Amino acid sequence: MIEARSLSKRFQDKKRGEIRAVDNVSFTCQPGKIYGLLGANGAGKTTTLRMLATILEPTDGTATICGYDVIEHPEKVRANVGFLSTATALYRRLTAQEFVEYFGRLNGLDEATLKKRVDSIFNRLDMNGFRDRRCDKLSTGMMQKTSIARTLVHDPPVMIFDEPTNGLDIMTARTITSFIRECRNNGKTVIFSTHIMAEVEKLCDTIGIIQSGKLLVEGTLPQLRDKYAEHELEEIFVKVVTPHYVAEENN
Amino acid sequence: MSLRNIGIVYRKELTEAIRDRRTVISTILVPLLLFPVLSVGFGSLAVMLVGKAKEETPKVMLRGGEDSPEVVAGLKKLDKIEIVPETPNWKDQIINKEVRAAVEIPSGFQTDVAQQKSDTVNIYNYEGELKSEFATDKVEKYLKDYSDTLVKDRLAAKNLPVAVLKPFELKRENVAPPEKVSGAAFGGIIGYMVILLCMTGAMYPAMDLTAGEKERGTMETILSSPISRTHLVLGKFFLILTAALGTAALSVLSMGVSFSVLSHYTGQTADGRAAAAGFILHLGPKTVISVFLMALPIAVLFSAVLMTIALFAKTYKEAQSYLTPMTFIVIVPAIASMLPGVELTSKLSLIPILSTSLLCKELVAGTYHWNLIAIIFSSTCVYAAAALFIAIKMFQREAVLFRS
Repeated sequence: MIEARSLSKRFQDKKRGEIRAVDNVSFTCQPGKIYGLLGANGAGKTTTLRMLATILEPTDGTATICGYDVIEHPEKVRANVGFLSTATALYRRLTAQEFVEYFGRLNGLDEATLKKRVDSIFNRLDMNGFRDRRCDKLSTGMMQKTSIARTLVHDPPVMIFDEPTNGLDIMTARTITSFIRECRNNGKTVIFSTHIMAEVEKLCDTIGIIQSGKLLVEGTLPQLRDKYAEHELEEIFVKVVTPHYVAEENN
Repeated sequence: MSLRNIGIVYRKELTEAIRDRRTVISTILVPLLLFPVLSVGFGSLAVMLVGKAKEETPKVMLRGGEDSPEVVAGLKKLDKIEIVPETPNWKDQIINKEVRAAVEIPSGFQTDVAQQKSDTVNIYNYEGELKSEFATDKVEKYLKDYSDTLVKDRLAAKNLPVAVLKPFELKRENVAPPEKVSGAAFGGIIGYMVILLCMTGAMYPAMDLTAGEKERGTMETILSSPISRTHLVLGKFFLILTAALGTAALSVLSMGVSFSVLSHYTGQTADGRAAAAGFILHLGPKTVISVFLMALPIAVLFSAVLMTIALFAKTYKEAQSYLTPMTFIVIVPAIASMLPGVELTSKLSLIPILSTSLLCKELVAGTYHWNLIAIIFSSTCVYAAAALFIAIKMFQREAVLFRS
């Protein structure tokens, strides 16, 4: 389970002064559910997810993952999380197998368990054809599968996806979305950020709309449809975000 | 502290480094080939050029001497010298290397010699020009021998022994063992090279493992794993240190072999060969271990400092622009240690790089000042520990890791 409590992140910028990238964000993600964080570019999605993955430290507030506080026990949090984004690249000079094994070892797996897990994941994701190929020789689809294998190698109960389909072709994006669904079906807690409405409609159990670092609204898709009297998620999103977007532009 | 995690990171970085062409070139190939190419290559070239210069029969212009046939005949008989008649533009001909030297016999020279009057014979040459120097040497030797013969004849005519003009012989003899002589001559170079190559060996991996990782987008991947940042930075640091020491070790090995080959081919004097042989012999296990023990803290210092600086960069190119000036910072004290008269003192022992460079010179010469060794080792260890501490702290700063 993920619980974010008044999560905030401020940055100092020489020209613009203090920037509130994430401002007092609270939400809960349940096991076996997918939480979709929907927002435009620069809304604060990546910063929020990076704080949950303990890559960044919150300025204020905190979050717990599987009961571990992101500030007090960052290493335990990371051991319970699989983090995937288009920014999490592969080590080009390692083979797909070496890459996955490296992260398995960093997650504390012993060699016997690691071998079993790697074989099982490579069979499941149909990766045996390229397991000994160096990552810089892989196609985009193979790279994505290798990244997925990396997030799964330690079988984490929580999965964090930061715009995982950004810039990918349809076939590779479908591999990712079906993997996200599979995670939910396996009882994992999933949080997923995107600005693609169709993905949210297809995948998410709960939707949170974020703009200017603030979580403006959250609920299931039917709840949001009722609240804003709109059927299309895109229309709901525009209704929610526009006043904040205009205010931000004026500032 | 988990040695297992540090070891996992180290092994992975080592695997990647071995598979990276640029790292292999900068850490293994360059140090192995640098000295053979520089010393044996340039040495052979120098030997070849000198040999060619010696083979040439230089033209020496004769000025005057019409009334001194004996001297002129002697000059003309000289082996591998072509005496040419005087021309008005003789100076230009020497400058343009058409004639290698000119010898000027003063008017009435032979008569003056017979009457025991002193005259001056001038030799004109192109100073520093190899072939001109050879020609001058030959002419000068002939005239000196001629002068000595005249002195002997004059002394003999008056029934005086040669010892009248040469009351005693002067002889200089070296008592220092060959390795100490060679240590003084080559020790400075060893220290300088070990320090410089520790630095250059660390430079590429330091950039690749920090700025390179940011540029390739793998920094976020590794930061999302459960390994602590301290373990991560230590794993990376040990790989950079390995590269630094590996480069220096291969360089010393290559330098030893190159000197040995060079001394064999250049046809040095017996003393020179002995010095070179002594130098090679003296680079036995004890010296090598001593030099590397002293180089260890300085390699730690370089590895930590270079890694910290490179971490600030967002790209490999940016890291290169930060680290290139570091080479000059290292070269200046290392070269200062090679200046004549710069000796190791307790004050200089506190200056990193310079102190190690001076100490390496002493170690190669077989001199062990234990109190200074202790000061240098401990002070450099303190600097190195401080640099490593800063590197670990920098790895925990978001502003550095995610600088935009």
